[in-house]
Amino acid sequence: MTDHEPDSNPQPETLFGVEEMELNFGPQHPATHGVLRLKLTIDGERINDCYPIIGYLHRGTEKLFELHPFFQNVPHTDRMDYVAAATNNLAYVGAVEKLLGMTVPPRARYIRTLLSELQRISSHLLWLATHAIDIGAMTPFFYTFREREQILDMFEEYCGARLTLNCMRPGGQPFDLPVGWVEKVGAFNEAFPEKVDEYEGLLTENRIWKKRTVGIGILPPEVALDYGVTGPMLRGSGIQWDIRKAMPYEAYDEVDFDVPVSYNCDTYDRYLVRMEEMRQSVRIIRQCLEKLPDGPIMAKRPRVLKGPKDSDVYHSVEGPKGEIGFYIVGDGTPNPYRCRVRPPSFYNIEVLPEMVRGGLIADLIAVIGTTDIVLGEVDR
Amino acid sequence: MSESENGKPDTGATPEAPKPGTEEVEPTSAEPASDSEEAKAAAAARAKAEAAAKRAAAEAAKPAWEKDPVTPEWQEADQDPLVQALRGTHAEALQSSRLFAGDLVVEVAREEIRNVCRTLKEAQGFTLLVDLLGAHFPEREEDPFEVVYILYSLDANRRVRLKVRTAEDVDVPSVTPVFAGANWPEREAYDMYGIRFEQHPDMTRILLWEGFNGYPLRKDFPVEGIDTGAAIYPEFYGETAGPVAGTGTGWRPPEPPADEESESASAETAGDEA
Amino acid sequence: MDNVEANVLTTTYDKIFNWARRSAIWPMQFGLACCAIEMMAVLDPRHDMSRFGAEVFRATPRQSDLMIVAGTVTEKMAPIVRRLWDQMPDPKWALAMGACATCGGPYRTYAVTQGVDRVVPVDVYVPGCPPRPEALLWGLMHLQRKIDRMTVAKTASEVITGQTS
Repeated sequence: MTDHEPDSNPQPETLFGVEEMELNFGPQHPATHGVLRLKLTIDGERINDCYPIIGYLHRGTEKLFELHPFFQNVPHTDRMDYVAAATNNLAYVGAVEKLLGMTVPPRARYIRTLLSELQRISSHLLWLATHAIDIGAMTPFFYTFREREQILDMFEEYCGARLTLNCMRPGGQPFDLPVGWVEKVGAFNEAFPEKVDEYEGLLTENRIWKKRTVGIGILPPEVALDYGVTGPMLRGSGIQWDIRKAMPYEAYDEVDFDVPVSYNCDTYDRYLVRMEEMRQSVRIIRQCLEKLPDGPIMAKRPRVLKGPKDSDVYHSVEGPKGEIGFYIVGDGTPNPYRCRVRPPSFYNIEVLPEMVRGGLIADLIAVIGTTDIVLGEVDR
Repeated sequence: MSESENGKPDTGATPEAPKPGTEEVEPTSAEPASDSEEAKAAAAARAKAEAAAKRAAAEAAKPAWEKDPVTPEWQEADQDPLVQALRGTHAEALQSSRLFAGDLVVEVAREEIRNVCRTLKEAQGFTLLVDLLGAHFPEREEDPFEVVYILYSLDANRRVRLKVRTAEDVDVPSVTPVFAGANWPEREAYDMYGIRFEQHPDMTRILLWEGFNGYPLRKDFPVEGIDTGAAIYPEFYGETAGPVAGTGTGWRPPEPPADEESESASAETAGDEA
Repeated sequence: MDNVEANVLTTTYDKIFNWARRSAIWPMQFGLACCAIEMMAVLDPRHDMSRFGAEVFRATPRQSDLMIVAGTVTEKMAPIVRRLWDQMPDPKWALAMGACATCGGPYRTYAVTQGVDRVVPVDVYVPGCPPRPEALLWGLMHLQRKIDRMTVAKTASEVITGQTS
């Protein structure tokens, strides 16, 4: 907050008269991470107001959920937050298991934790790549995708897909770990903290990076809670809340890890929080690999999963972007009666106008990057 | 090991003749045949009960994932301190409060939802609006629409679900004065169900475009749409194609066998007697 | 007779222009959904798209040759896709990447256009959900083969159908 102080004085009246202009930050734009449209009311370079328009990727997923049985909806959940498919799957199958009262065997719980943490690392790597490219640093893109490809290779070996994983089922896991998978993940895990040091060496003490991110996009904690913001956005504003610690699920209560938090509420802090989260994920993966138990990977369950009549549950997990939750209403048939996704990016984007008002257009780009949105989740 | 597990399946009926190995050391007296049969029947029944108890104990000792799932049930939540605190201030607004799988679900009268939310946020510490969604239950003749609010308290680390029922064209008070983040989810509930909210700053469609015909997530809206999307391209799929259940070939997931429940039940009892 | 003469006169000319066009295709950044992530993965060091001369993803349609429609095209987005296509200068090509752009994919719903070829004329379809980066490279090479068949003497449709208009 030293060199860069956002100018709080609006431009004085000039000879020419100052008028506001409405600028369309269109759905096709390299920096919007998808099809997000912003209607900006600008005064020169300064943003007076910002009105996001979403819905350009609304595909009707919630309607499709109602037409398929519980296990058939898992691939649909991949495609919402398409960068972090494993945590979407986990939230959905967790909600189904809560609805049906199923308990998952320990080996499956550890495998799910492993997959979620690998997915968290890969999502944060993609965030870093796109955030840095938007601000102007192109090199981290190539470095982070090198690691990301290794993670995607491991996913591909496990469940056959790189991106839309479909790697969990209500009741447990569909596949057991392939031979040699644990060793590969262990080797990647040991080599990864050095790579995080590499990325931090490029950016953390970089003067240009700091000028572009320190003091930009301030999100006070009360505003964040009011808007339902969760995840690293909330932790960068000083509220140390993580569902993995507050309401542990799968194997998170059996592993040791810290939840990073930072108190300056700006873009730089959210960057630091996410980098530290990657290191904590490495720690979790190491413990999971050591403690991985043997045993079955699928619970005993009826052949057709029917939700109990007149019931509803809400279950959420900590995804890389925030709290991703599913609200499922059961009605005695194999299909959910209503299946609603609680998307973290929906609420994170709702607070965008609060963060950019009074800033410059270039700051808007940095703020969109730090919000780490995925439009597939916002629009479903 | 009990005698009845000699490899011979027990039919459960009173054995007509003594089975090998089930003979008990009875006082060999000149008792009438019915007595010894009764004694044998009693002995066999005792043995069967012992075996069943042993099996039940082994079953109970199994870990939870090897047993059938236990469906959660609704429980009354009158003893919950939060419910009692709310009853203190909004007694008429609370219509019911229950627990399901550990979640507290409170049904609130439609007019009072904003006040209840304000009390929960300011007095009870439920400062995080987790979600706000709509639902449609056409089989309820009166008030088929429902709006569900999920709130979370960081200090108490608990969630509460509030449900509000409403009918078509009856507006629900908006909670945007209490939670600013309710703006977009309420627009989405309007977009998907047609539920309007009073005093909402911007009651317009959010995910679909202006001029879209209908409210998609209602149960009577077809998934292909009415005059958009897949509905306007029928020639591509024709009458007998299409992946969606209910259209096209009419492919549906395979029906479970009609007596699914009795099948598994009889499998269990057969296991007991084997 | 005229056709043969025209071809003989223009072969070297065609070869040079086609070689130039196929070796430096500049795609437009048009990632819509999940396929966009695999499109970004084609740029990473493993599936290097630079070898094909196509790593320069232009942000504006006015400077690009190829529109890779990566992701689901919704009815709300379709007019914008068409407008971007119209803003691209000739010669331009469109590549439908993934199942959603080819035919609507798993989304036969009220808001999804069943295939981007209802909006723009597509040259190459790349199937997959999402297609692997290698599949997108296959699509790019397929497009390069299509470009090789271009000639200034005939328009593209004449080459394909063999009829002169």
